[in-house]
Amino acid sequence: MSELTKEIDAAGSVTGAKVPLRVRLSKKKQKIIMWILTIFAAAAALIFLMPTFLTIANSFMSASEIKANYGVIFAENEDGGKEYISEKINLKFIPDMVSFSQYYTVLFKSPDYLLKFWNSVILVVPIVIFQLVTASLAAYSFARLKGRLKEIIFFVYIVVMLMPYQVTLVPNYLISDWLHILNTRAAIILPGIFTPFAVFILSKIMRRIPVSLIEAAQLDGAGELQIFMHICMPLCKSALFSVAILVFIDYWNMVEQPLILLSDTELYPLSVFLSQINSGEIGLAFAVATIYMIPTLLMFLYGEDYLVEGIAYSGGIKG
Amino acid sequence: MKNKLKPPKTSGSAKIKEKKKRNFKKFLTSDAAFPYLCLLPSLVGVMIFFIVPFFVIIFYSMVDNPINKEFVFLDNYISVIRNTAFKRAALNTLTFSMISVPLAVILSMLLAMLLDSKIPFVSQFRTSFLCPMMVPVASIVLIWQVIFHYNGALNDFLSNFGIEKIDWLKSTKGQIVIVVLFLWKNLGYNMILFLSALNNIPKDIIEVATLEGAGGFYKFFRIKLRYLSPTILFVGILSLINSFKVFREIYLLTGDYPFDSLYMLQHFMNNTFRNIDYQKLSSAAILMAIVMVIIIGALFIAENKFGEDVED
Repeated sequence: MSELTKEIDAAGSVTGAKVPLRVRLSKKKQKIIMWILTIFAAAAALIFLMPTFLTIANSFMSASEIKANYGVIFAENEDGGKEYISEKINLKFIPDMVSFSQYYTVLFKSPDYLLKFWNSVILVVPIVIFQLVTASLAAYSFARLKGRLKEIIFFVYIVVMLMPYQVTLVPNYLISDWLHILNTRAAIILPGIFTPFAVFILSKIMRRIPVSLIEAAQLDGAGELQIFMHICMPLCKSALFSVAILVFIDYWNMVEQPLILLSDTELYPLSVFLSQINSGEIGLAFAVATIYMIPTLLMFLYGEDYLVEGIAYSGGIKG
Repeated sequence: MKNKLKPPKTSGSAKIKEKKKRNFKKFLTSDAAFPYLCLLPSLVGVMIFFIVPFFVIIFYSMVDNPINKEFVFLDNYISVIRNTAFKRAALNTLTFSMISVPLAVILSMLLAMLLDSKIPFVSQFRTSFLCPMMVPVASIVLIWQVIFHYNGALNDFLSNFGIEKIDWLKSTKGQIVIVVLFLWKNLGYNMILFLSALNNIPKDIIEVATLEGAGGFYKFFRIKLRYLSPTILFVGILSLINSFKVFREIYLLTGDYPFDSLYMLQHFMNNTFRNIDYQKLSSAAILMAIVMVIIIGALFIAENKFGEDVED
């Protein structure tokens, strides 16, 4: 706000007598508008935060309190879908008494949830690591090489990146079938590693590295490997973090791939399993959901700036 | 560098071939080969998992079955297009995209401008708008059910105003629920794209306009919108692609066979996967891929055009 008023003051003093009246009037108006906008933003922010807050708050309620508020929530209907059978639902934001009983059940009594959590981890971590490794190499060559062929390959990468699951899952299924990795974790991890998203963002950033910097290094006798290791990688450090966070979030929430590529529900990640928690366990579902949120929330808390940077890099196809 | 990779063409005698081979080996171990080799792991992976099977799928979509392999050209496509489930899924997906994409673009642009308008607590607001990205879809679905259920919080709230209970998820209103969920989930990401675009608008142009006494509306429609146009386009395409992914939320909310108005293309694909009907699957995938390539191509052309426009 202060910057804006300064601007207006400057405007007034530069153009002299003509403008000030209008500016002085609008100063007061501006203040009111600012207030309205702030209130509006706050209301929007509340809506955006509410579901997250509700999940966390409800995970600290005891089973009986949950039951009193939500009744028995889920039941399987005849189509295999889920349905409410509760008569009345109360939204409740603050637990009567903070209780860790749901967490206790999840962590110590039902090893299934932890197992599924672990399933998620061993699917997502290799994808993030190896996608970053292959992508930073590929991005380097996209940034260094020239020519028509490179451009065509890059275009193909973008097309693959933008294809929705409806298209890419069919080829994935087919090749997994041929390689006999269907219904194993590899069926999800391998295509995940080669998804071109990271290549796309990293090559955008590497292309911005000034050629003069690289030429100077070459004059000093640096080889390509040294340029890659000592110039490009350090300059891409924050971008690597950004991409890692974005890729992690994407796969941490995966639903489509496991449903199609894994038939053994033992291998399902928690993101799919969470939806299958049914009747009488709604409280547990809140606790599991909260636990499942922890990795992404931590990344968010410590890496929000990287995340924002990463999103900003992803804007525009050619960069 | 390129010349090294492709030695000049000469007559193909054995000696020269041998020399070429040696040259190639030399090149492979040389420093200049490094950027080429870098691309290899990724390229091989993309080839194996996306490109090659995609061509196989084109082949499958044109034969009667994978064992018999009799060429039937477009028959599979015609039967997919005539399939009522596919028609409904395509129509529902289209309707959903038509509603949600413009909303996503406009609302996220408004949010970005809100945060750009120098109000206090900007970073806190930004954090809260981004928050939905962090939350696992499955846990959000719980909340959505609590809100939109027949006996849920929204109906309860509306009944205070004498509005009758609506079965949100099992009626034609189902799309509204999904649109709200979609917007809630995606606005933050789009907003950041718009914010960074707003930041890239040259400050001096806005300052000059302010000096000249330009009002907010003029500044927005004549200046900002011009600079934002590539981003509007990109966010539009991105939202379109994300709108195809909304199956995830619907599946978690309602299972394999939701109410008619919520039956999306991915439902069709999933249910076809279960029967492993390769012809139907591949034809549907190819149809979708064609639509996507057209959209992406349009994006490329438009970005070139808009890019030039702004640089002037």
